[in-house]
Amino acid sequence: MYAQMVKSEATNEDPEKLAAFQARIDAGEKIEPKEWMPEGYRKTLIRQIGQHAHSEIVGQLPEGNWITRAPTLERKAILLAKVQDEAGHGLYLYCAAETLGVSRDELTEALLSGKMKYSSIFNYPTLNWADIGAVGWLVDGAAIMNQVPLQRTSFGPYSRAMIRICKEESFHQRQGYDIMMKMAQGTPEQKAMAQDALNRFWYPSLMMFGPSDKDSVHSAQSMAWKIKINTNDELRQKFVDQTVPQAEYLGLTIPDPELRWNEEKGGYDFSEPDWSEFFEVIKGNGPCNAERMEARQKAWDDGAWFREGLMAHARKRAAAKVAAE
Amino acid sequence: MSSEWPLWEIFIRGQHGLNHRHVGSLHAPDAEMAVKHARDVYTRRNEGVSIWVVPSSAITASSPSDKGPLFDPSNSKVYRHPTFFDIPEEVGKM
Repeated sequence: MYAQMVKSEATNEDPEKLAAFQARIDAGEKIEPKEWMPEGYRKTLIRQIGQHAHSEIVGQLPEGNWITRAPTLERKAILLAKVQDEAGHGLYLYCAAETLGVSRDELTEALLSGKMKYSSIFNYPTLNWADIGAVGWLVDGAAIMNQVPLQRTSFGPYSRAMIRICKEESFHQRQGYDIMMKMAQGTPEQKAMAQDALNRFWYPSLMMFGPSDKDSVHSAQSMAWKIKINTNDELRQKFVDQTVPQAEYLGLTIPDPELRWNEEKGGYDFSEPDWSEFFEVIKGNGPCNAERMEARQKAWDDGAWFREGLMAHARKRAAAKVAAE
Repeated sequence: MSSEWPLWEIFIRGQHGLNHRHVGSLHAPDAEMAVKHARDVYTRRNEGVSIWVVPSSAITASSPSDKGPLFDPSNSKVYRHPTFFDIPEEVGKM
């Protein structure tokens, strides 16, 4: 998912306080920034929300790649609005993370030094316009699967950020599907492009949910704290069940010969993605890892004079105002 | 020297003549830029007709541990709610 394989932190605190905290969460109360929380809860959330925020920001890169080459002015305006939304989503999430006592600069620096991660999916290239359709349809579709339940997460600022994001996210998925429909109903060449994009993005999209975590202690702790609501497998299954009929409508084929409806479980059986590829991408060896990090580093470095300049201007104006009074 | 932009709390008045409501926060070098950023971050879908920005450092918040002493006393004053009083039907609407 946008936050993959988030390790939960151990907590060594007063068992009485911990029990009272857990009781609040079990009762469905929201935890707010200034209230007492276990250190592990705080650290795990910083890691998870931070990773989610980084994913929104890095996620602008593969789509931004096509803004200047969108096929019509309308498509361009729509894509521009979508990419701007992703920046907004990143900002809501950074602000939520900051309420836990980490600064924006610390978060950015942790991303740039490789200490913090972003979703594996954004290390795949967008080679042609059909990929923009596939990203909206599949990648945003997978993100929504995870984000809708997170609206109920126990940490107030995170929950509120997720509510805002979910309101905006379905526009993203629909614009992607709209591109896919246009291409699937277009010339045979266009339909082939749509199929090719689906072929390349299918398994990386399944990887977004992370490897199976049904036996993971980290997952169990995060679920008890309600900062993770469903297991990775549950969400992946839901995503496949939702997406297969959408592909059928497009007349496209999911690139999985093992895919078939399982009446008994009321869902599809499907092949697992290649997890060794996933771990390689996470380690930094995906097709675009280096390019993505370079772009973020460049934006950070090139923007430094601007950030500092505006701050200097603000200080000067504040001083002039004081002097005039 | 670190020059991280200060944090601002953003309040937006929705379209229906309601109060300005807290919607979130953002970083900006000064108030003027905070308004511009707030427009981009929080009103991309017609969410507002007016923006307030307040430096986060200017906000004084009640402490979570004071919740009891601050808010519990109002629990026992149910007579503050109109439904506390029974008005006979013959009296009509009140």
